[in-house]
Amino acid sequence: MSSASDQDYYVPHGTHWPIIGSVGLTLSVVGFANYLHDTWSLTPTLVGLAILFFMMFGWFGQVINESLSGLYNKQVDLSFRWSMSWFIFSEVMFFGAFFGALFYARMYSIPWLDGASNNDATAQYLWPDFEAAWPLLTVPLAEKYEVAKAFIGPWGLPAINTVILLTSGLTVTFAHWALKKNDTPKLVYWLAATVALGFGFVVLQGYEYVHLYRDLNLRLDSGIYGSTFFMLTGFHGFHVTMGATMLLIIMIRAAKGHFTPENHFAFEGVAWYWHFVDVVWLGLFIFVYWI
Amino acid sequence: MLSMASAQAAYQLNMTESVTPIGRQLYGLHMLVFGICVVIGVGVFGVMAWSIFHHRKSKGAVPADFHESTKVEVAWTVVPLLILIGIAIPATGTLIELEDAKTDAEITLQVTGIQWKWKYTYVDEGISFVSNLAQSSRDVMKDPTGNENYLLEVDNPIVLPVNKKIRFLFHADDVIHAWWVPELAVKQDAIPGFINDSWAIIEEPGVYRGQCAELCGKDHGFMPIVVNAVSEAEYQEWVAGMQAEAAAAASAATQEWSMADLVERGETVYQANCSACHGPTGAGIPGAFPAITGSSIVLDADPAAHIDIVVNGKAGTAMAAFKNQLNDIDIAAALTYQRNGLGNSVGDTIQPSTIAAAR
Amino acid sequence: MSTEIAHETAHDEHHDHGPAKGLMRWVTTTNHKDIGTLYLWLSFIMLLYGGAMAMVIRLELFQPGLQWVEPHFFNQMTTMHGLVMVFGAIMPAFVGLANWLLPMMIGAPDMALPRMNNWSFWILPFAFAMLASTTFMEGGAPAFGWTFYAPLSTTFAPASTDFFIFAVHLMGISSVMGSINIIATILNMRAPGMTLMKMPLFVWTWLITAYLLIAVMPVLAGAVTMMLTDRHFGTSFFDAAGGGDPVMFQHIFWFFGHPEVYIMILPAFGVISAIIPTFARKPLFGYSSMVYASASIAILSFMVWAHHMFTTGMPVAGELYFMYATILISVPTGVKVFNWVTTMWKGSMTFETPMLFALGFIVMFTIGGFSGLMLGVAPVDTQYHDTYFVVAHFHYVLVTGALYSIIAAFYYWVPKWTGHMYDERLGKIHFWWSTIAVNVLFFPQHFVGLAGMPRRIPDYALQFAEFNQISSIGGFAFGLAQVFFLYIVIKTIRGGEKATDRVWEGATGLEFEQLPSPPPYHSFNEPPPVK
Ligand code: HEA
Ligand code: HEA
Ligand code: HEC
Ligand code: CUA
Ligand SMILES: [Cu+2]
Repeated sequence: MSSASDQDYYVPHGTHWPIIGSVGLTLSVVGFANYLHDTWSLTPTLVGLAILFFMMFGWFGQVINESLSGLYNKQVDLSFRWSMSWFIFSEVMFFGAFFGALFYARMYSIPWLDGASNNDATAQYLWPDFEAAWPLLTVPLAEKYEVAKAFIGPWGLPAINTVILLTSGLTVTFAHWALKKNDTPKLVYWLAATVALGFGFVVLQGYEYVHLYRDLNLRLDSGIYGSTFFMLTGFHGFHVTMGATMLLIIMIRAAKGHFTPENHFAFEGVAWYWHFVDVVWLGLFIFVYWI
Repeated sequence: MLSMASAQAAYQLNMTESVTPIGRQLYGLHMLVFGICVVIGVGVFGVMAWSIFHHRKSKGAVPADFHESTKVEVAWTVVPLLILIGIAIPATGTLIELEDAKTDAEITLQVTGIQWKWKYTYVDEGISFVSNLAQSSRDVMKDPTGNENYLLEVDNPIVLPVNKKIRFLFHADDVIHAWWVPELAVKQDAIPGFINDSWAIIEEPGVYRGQCAELCGKDHGFMPIVVNAVSEAEYQEWVAGMQAEAAAAASAATQEWSMADLVERGETVYQANCSACHGPTGAGIPGAFPAITGSSIVLDADPAAHIDIVVNGKAGTAMAAFKNQLNDIDIAAALTYQRNGLGNSVGDTIQPSTIAAAR
Repeated sequence: MSTEIAHETAHDEHHDHGPAKGLMRWVTTTNHKDIGTLYLWLSFIMLLYGGAMAMVIRLELFQPGLQWVEPHFFNQMTTMHGLVMVFGAIMPAFVGLANWLLPMMIGAPDMALPRMNNWSFWILPFAFAMLASTTFMEGGAPAFGWTFYAPLSTTFAPASTDFFIFAVHLMGISSVMGSINIIATILNMRAPGMTLMKMPLFVWTWLITAYLLIAVMPVLAGAVTMMLTDRHFGTSFFDAAGGGDPVMFQHIFWFFGHPEVYIMILPAFGVISAIIPTFARKPLFGYSSMVYASASIAILSFMVWAHHMFTTGMPVAGELYFMYATILISVPTGVKVFNWVTTMWKGSMTFETPMLFALGFIVMFTIGGFSGLMLGVAPVDTQYHDTYFVVAHFHYVLVTGALYSIIAAFYYWVPKWTGHMYDERLGKIHFWWSTIAVNVLFFPQHFVGLAGMPRRIPDYALQFAEFNQISSIGGFAFGLAQVFFLYIVIKTIRGGEKATDRVWEGATGLEFEQLPSPPPYHSFNEPPPVK
């Protein structure tokens, strides 16, 4: 809103990146749909994703160049901030859908299948043997879904992972402080720590998945418990991977000296994203693993 | 029956009047809300019309410059609010009553929605049958002119006594359906895996017709409901008749059936129960429903797989387990017909006893 | 003033070379006007496509019996008609209007993130191509209604469903990016002095709509993702056998779906709030109460979703709550209607085409709102639900509501956009032709619905024949009227009487007061003065 800023709002002229992105995106989803129907191999999907990554590098690269050459004034910076915050909000809502499914299953569908509320006939005629419980180790129709032998408690790996993510939230904040003091070596150091913690989390999560599948028979298809568990933790893990990758890129850029104490929106955006991933994990830890 | 026909011949503008006490309440509530809307509409559109005619530039109207008036704005917030409260109070009472199906129910009728037919089970009487769209409607789909009750006729109507509280239990085997009979003011979703209930006290004998009211796939428009409301005595007679019929069928199922008898009966069973998906000629619908003509499962000299898919269905597909819908004779007949009709000629028969063993 | 404006144009031409030439101009453009034009054309094409499918529906329903299409194909038509109209015709039209108008209304050089703006648009043709291609796949297009209830859309759906799912994902990405852009533009790009409470109502309603969009599109994406995993990866979200619930799908869907219908009406409110004062030559009666009413409608819209589910067997307490919350929406909506009427009161009205469509909107949207109120009364909704009464309700709010406002907006702003006046006589014919036809089309549907005709059926019992025939005739007439509209649109773009900068005697707002008609490629390189 400030015409008082040093120069005009930067309005780019023409760009070919979006259309490339659209082609990549479309190819990857069309490819995947065909892959699901066994009509295509996975190659088109991978090509589509490759195009998408090419687009992202190109597009972001252009933005970085423009930023470094000082084309962006404060107002542009503010546009980026608004956009990043509301993008994160949209992500929150995406997770909201899956949390909603979790709460619905726990609070409504499972008790109802066991006759709660106005469902006495459901239990009487359809599922006389089913008993409501959470985590769910028996499902109403046992023939259809193979269930888990046991479930996972919160105080093993999940607790360790919680500590890891919380710590990474701290380290990224230390990095920010270092950046504000223009202390590049410290900045890179703390970012490296954050990236390591992030990928460490992913590795541990992968290890846990193997354990669940192999030893406990807790799988994506073992009833609603497995479904909600893997969808929530899976999408979260995916977001951690993305976040850690972005942090890695930010680290490289930091090492190249792209950021100044006054001007480092890219760093902050990624840091916000990282905190968001952190907070989602806390929700997961509480509602998926703990209570 | 006659009164129904005459009521339907004249096309109807308003909601169907009900023959149940709760249905009459719903009708009253409908008229109340409708009336309120009409009154508000007349007011709002009246004011609008007035200014359109009188405050137009061509008549030399000069724009006034008033705006913002807290008084007016409070009024047009509060008055509608009060009107809404006036609607909510009777609606709340009616809704609570509508949802209480369990108290004092005298007859329990279990209704199962299946693509694209209804199965009815009289829980205490031990009667169970499937109700399909009548052949008379199927035959005239190209031009139904003059076919009375087109699409609203079934092969096996349900019979219910008047003046008794009937509790309906709804559920579905495959997708969501909804059982709706306007005159009974019952519309309730039939959902796979859950049972919903609803109720009716039918106060007048008569034939009441309805339809499935939730999109359930290809033949959603073709799963009608017919309720025959009769006196208590007639109802008891019907129950006894149905029970005797079931016993007769059970004994017939132990006998050896001839190929001709099976194929003849099988054609009827097939057209009523299978043709919706596999087509009247057995051609199926590519990409959705397999053809029966030339199907390797059907042509296999060993009937085991054929029997299995029809008796137990195939989980995760539209192919239902027909052991829950048809008796042994009907399944045996349908199978024999599929093997020896529709362009197939395996040459063997499937006996009801084989089906009984496969259950 | 107009000399001043002209001077600015020249200045602009001088240091900006205007649009590139050829097809690539449209593919690579970052200009809000170009992108707005792209959106508007896409939406018109989708209107014709969705409308053509509606014509198939009306043709089959012209008389009882199955004459023209198979039931399975009929269901595909219903489904695709709903999806294409909602996601293809109405939503992109409003985004197109936002693109054209927001920067001009708030005095900004362009949208906040022009490159992302391009991507928001250019995802859509791909998404709709994918969606449309399902019609030609084995097993046919999705046939489970635009509401795609599980398990009809999971276990029992054709293979093409996966393409539909991904198309919805793409639309979601596009909408979220578009909304983020709109929020950033409105919050960050206003000219000095353009305080929030000075913004035109169209800007306000779009700001609120954008929030609705970023809140609910991701939820829709979540819903289709769960569908995908239920279909292919063995999850049991919507399957009671594994502890899930088919009705859970409906809750998630309508948590998106109900705000979605307000997404399609809030910008319409903004359009009407711009047009009525102009032609009544009198300021809007209650500006701030209009802002608060819009916000209340948006907030309430998150709390009423299960009024689409009164027959699913929810516990009574839930039904009561959703009934109360639903009918409460009538209050803020009433505030809007009353405000428009009072704005006209003692005005000095003229009735050019935009005003006619706006007046048509007020009357017919209110009729649709009344039937909505009736539907909101839970016990009676058990009898209205899934009948043509519902179909009548939502076409009154969508066609004579949302679509009418879009048409009104076109007539109102097209002289500004192109510099040409449309042909007033043709515009008036378009209005009367459409309005008579649309009522012949949808009013009788109230009657057949109350009399017991379920929706989504290809064939019906004989007692519904007369009204269906009337409705179909109205449908064909309304369809032809929109072909006529296409002619008017093209004619106006290609030429016509020169429009003045102010265009309408009573017009207000930066786009009319500060910019020539047509406006320069980049509207405001210098922030305009705001009164
Ligand atoms: C633009 C889209 C739009 C809009 C604005 C609305 C507005 C409203 N809708 Fe509608 N609705 C749809 C689009 C829309 N709807 C669609 C698409 C469906 C069907 C989806 C599907 O199943 O496919 C649907 C279905 C639908 C149902 C489900 C019906 C069923 O399937 O059984 C219900 C039930 O409550 C409902 C209610 C309402 C209400 C209460 C309003 C209110 O907002 C209306 C408020 C307005 C007024 C009331 C008029 C003006 C007010 C006054 C003049 C003030 C004074 C008035 C009083 C005090 C009464 N709608
Ligand atoms: C969002 C906006 C929107 C709009 C604008 C429309 C516009 C129209 N709609 Fe529809 N409609 C929906 C949204 C909309 N609809 C939704 C959400 C559903 C629910 C779907 C579901 O149940 O899942 C629905 C369902 C629906 C049904 C119920 C189908 C069923 O239950 O089986 C019907 C039936 O009459 C119908 C008719 C029409 C008609 C005649 C128009 C007309 O206004 C269309 C006019 C436009 C044109 C006709 C285009 C221009 C003309 C041509 C391309 C040339 C061809 C012309 C001729 C041959 C004359 N619509
Ligand atoms: C609601 C639709 C529907 C109805 C009704 C239906 N079927 Fe099927 N049927 C299917 C589907 C879908 C399949 C394919 C299952 C699969 O994916 O293997 C199938 C498969 C079959 C097959 C195996 C064919 C093959 O080549 O794979 C036979 C035999 C069969 N059905 C017999 C019957 C009989 C007998 C009836 C009636 C008593 C019947 N079906 C009714 C949907 C239906
Ligand atoms: Cu069964 Cu619709
Ligand atoms: Cu709604």
